[in-house]
Amino acid sequence: MTRSAIVVESLGKEYAVGVAERQNVTFYDVVSDWVRAPLERIRKFAGRVEEADRFWALRDVSFDVAEGEAIGVIGRNGAGKSTLLKILSRITAPTVGRATIRGRLASLLEVGTGFHPELTGRENIYLNGAIMGMTRREVIEKFDEIVSFAGVEQFIDTPVKRYSSGMYVRLAFAVAAHLEADVLVVDEVLAVGDAAFQRKSLNKMSDVAKRGRTVLLVSHNLGAIRNLCTRTLVFESGTLRFAGGVTEGVALYERSFASAGAGFEHTQFRGPLAEQVGFDSLVFRQGGEIVDIVDPLLPATIELHGHATRTFPTVDLKIAFFRDGVQVASCHDTPAEARMSEGEFTSRFDFPPDVFRPGRYMIGMGAVAAVGTWVWGQDVVAFDVSENRGGRSADRSEGLIGLPYRSERVQ
Amino acid sequence: MPAETSAHERVTVIEPPAGWRLLNWREMWGYRELLWVLATRDVKVRYKQTVLGAAWAILRPLLTMAIFTVIFGRLAKVPSDGYPYSIFVYAGLLPWTFFASAVSASGQSLVGSAPLVSKVYFPRLFIPLSSIGSGLADLLVSTVILLLMMMWYRVGWTPRLAATIPLLALLIVISLAVGTILSAATVAYRDFTHITPFIVQIWMYATPVVFPLSLVPQRWRWVFYLNPMTGVIEGFRSAFLGRPFDWIALGSSTSAAIVLMAVGASYFGRVERRFADII
Repeated sequence: MTRSAIVVESLGKEYAVGVAERQNVTFYDVVSDWVRAPLERIRKFAGRVEEADRFWALRDVSFDVAEGEAIGVIGRNGAGKSTLLKILSRITAPTVGRATIRGRLASLLEVGTGFHPELTGRENIYLNGAIMGMTRREVIEKFDEIVSFAGVEQFIDTPVKRYSSGMYVRLAFAVAAHLEADVLVVDEVLAVGDAAFQRKSLNKMSDVAKRGRTVLLVSHNLGAIRNLCTRTLVFESGTLRFAGGVTEGVALYERSFASAGAGFEHTQFRGPLAEQVGFDSLVFRQGGEIVDIVDPLLPATIELHGHATRTFPTVDLKIAFFRDGVQVASCHDTPAEARMSEGEFTSRFDFPPDVFRPGRYMIGMGAVAAVGTWVWGQDVVAFDVSENRGGRSADRSEGLIGLPYRSERVQ
Repeated sequence: MPAETSAHERVTVIEPPAGWRLLNWREMWGYRELLWVLATRDVKVRYKQTVLGAAWAILRPLLTMAIFTVIFGRLAKVPSDGYPYSIFVYAGLLPWTFFASAVSASGQSLVGSAPLVSKVYFPRLFIPLSSIGSGLADLLVSTVILLLMMMWYRVGWTPRLAATIPLLALLIVISLAVGTILSAATVAYRDFTHITPFIVQIWMYATPVVFPLSLVPQRWRWVFYLNPMTGVIEGFRSAFLGRPFDWIALGSSTSAAIVLMAVGASYFGRVERRFADII
């Protein structure tokens, strides 16, 4: 074992929910808070309003990363992964604890930060490089490599606002990937670009790891974690749940989806049947893996887990997709109303590629047993579909959802 | 964030912020190239996709001067210490325009760079600092115009012109100090987005820009001396027009600049760690 590249000791980050939510604090707020403060203090003294307005995004996290390790950081949305990366990248300060980093740390929390649309590709390479801490000499040395990696040679003196989104992202990733850092922190950038570029990016990162650099990769792409990482950190509700082997880590993460604890809140469901038919959790699978973010260019399967407290002769179960409050489609788990036995059930829905469009969908779900006996949950769960910039079909077809169709031109 | 970085082997320690602290000069030195890149970015972007391009840098001050000359010089007959009003007002407008644009630009700079602040770390102070880049470029252009106009109006160049260099430093320090404080305050209180233009506007009339300080009654002059911009504007005017300097005004400006700079740096250092959380 070599030296530690990153040592994290009892790190914690607390957000005051009031501050986090109220983004535009005005003088009025300050004055009114000031007036209310004495009352608030009295109430606090009386033992109310305690934990409610404070929230630990990250709590008591300690781990050690050796030089040259490639660590996969996994966890569901809101588990604290991003907060950890923000602290390590020094974007935000921890509330307690300490982190020590040996060597130069480069973070790719989002590619293309600091790109200016009016500037040319060339100018943006220098700008972006400088923002990430590269010296001008380093950028000059790597310039040709960056340009050819991104494949934008012809457009290097064109303002980037004229770039396709694919080119833009490729250039941004290329600059970041060529930064000579000892510790590379990457968040979700692999969800960009087309499949070929994603593969190229993965290879680049595994290159970096092989050359003895330390890599910290946050991704929902479990395949990438398996290929690239030697160890995983699994986060759950702000705490480090597990640190160790990739296989165990990924398995643990997958189980967190199926467990009822991580599932729905039953208060979201209403109707006469709410006590008898329960919906527990819903996951998306792509290529067999559970995913948090859906890739629009791959087939997807939805697995809905639930339970029934008794047997019903006929039940019609449906899930409905909403976008900006508009129902774009609904799907039923059986061709016609069918029997539902007492106990647990799993409904599976298979979708071909190109059905979901980049952005966020809300899912509502419910069941009808007989006229007047129903259960419905609106906006039970949200899911995000990744931007497949530079992808094939997503660029041309428009709308809230993709239709499966064949077409030809006869002349 | 408090971070100690040693040159031979870089070890960064990230800890919770602890009270007031001074700026991390060593770290800023390490990032110095970024300051240059950010400042030149603004200059490059400024006149892209405009028909007249950099000609705006010449037109804007000339048009302002023309309007002020007509309104204050001709209609209101504001005295100008015996110099042609155009030259007189232009010599004052030159530093004032820089101050006004620097304060507005740096005041808005942090909020305008929110995506940057919440995604990547570098010394935050560079954002307000670099935002004055395009103002400096404009100042350079307008100075050349003024020198040419002086030849046209037969106002001689004197050795006092050399004083513009230390005066420029004083002007930059005051503008940056005020801009930095406003930029940090704007992150926390968006009210400053609306307040800043008023501050700048009112400040102009509290400064001898369109009128000479000699117009102010002697017993009220101390009020103007409290304004750090009085010394700067009068100083520039004296340097260009070749008349003696008002040392009281200059002295009070310099001390105010030092105080403002200290206040600005420590206030910024105190609040910068929260930017990403509240921006």
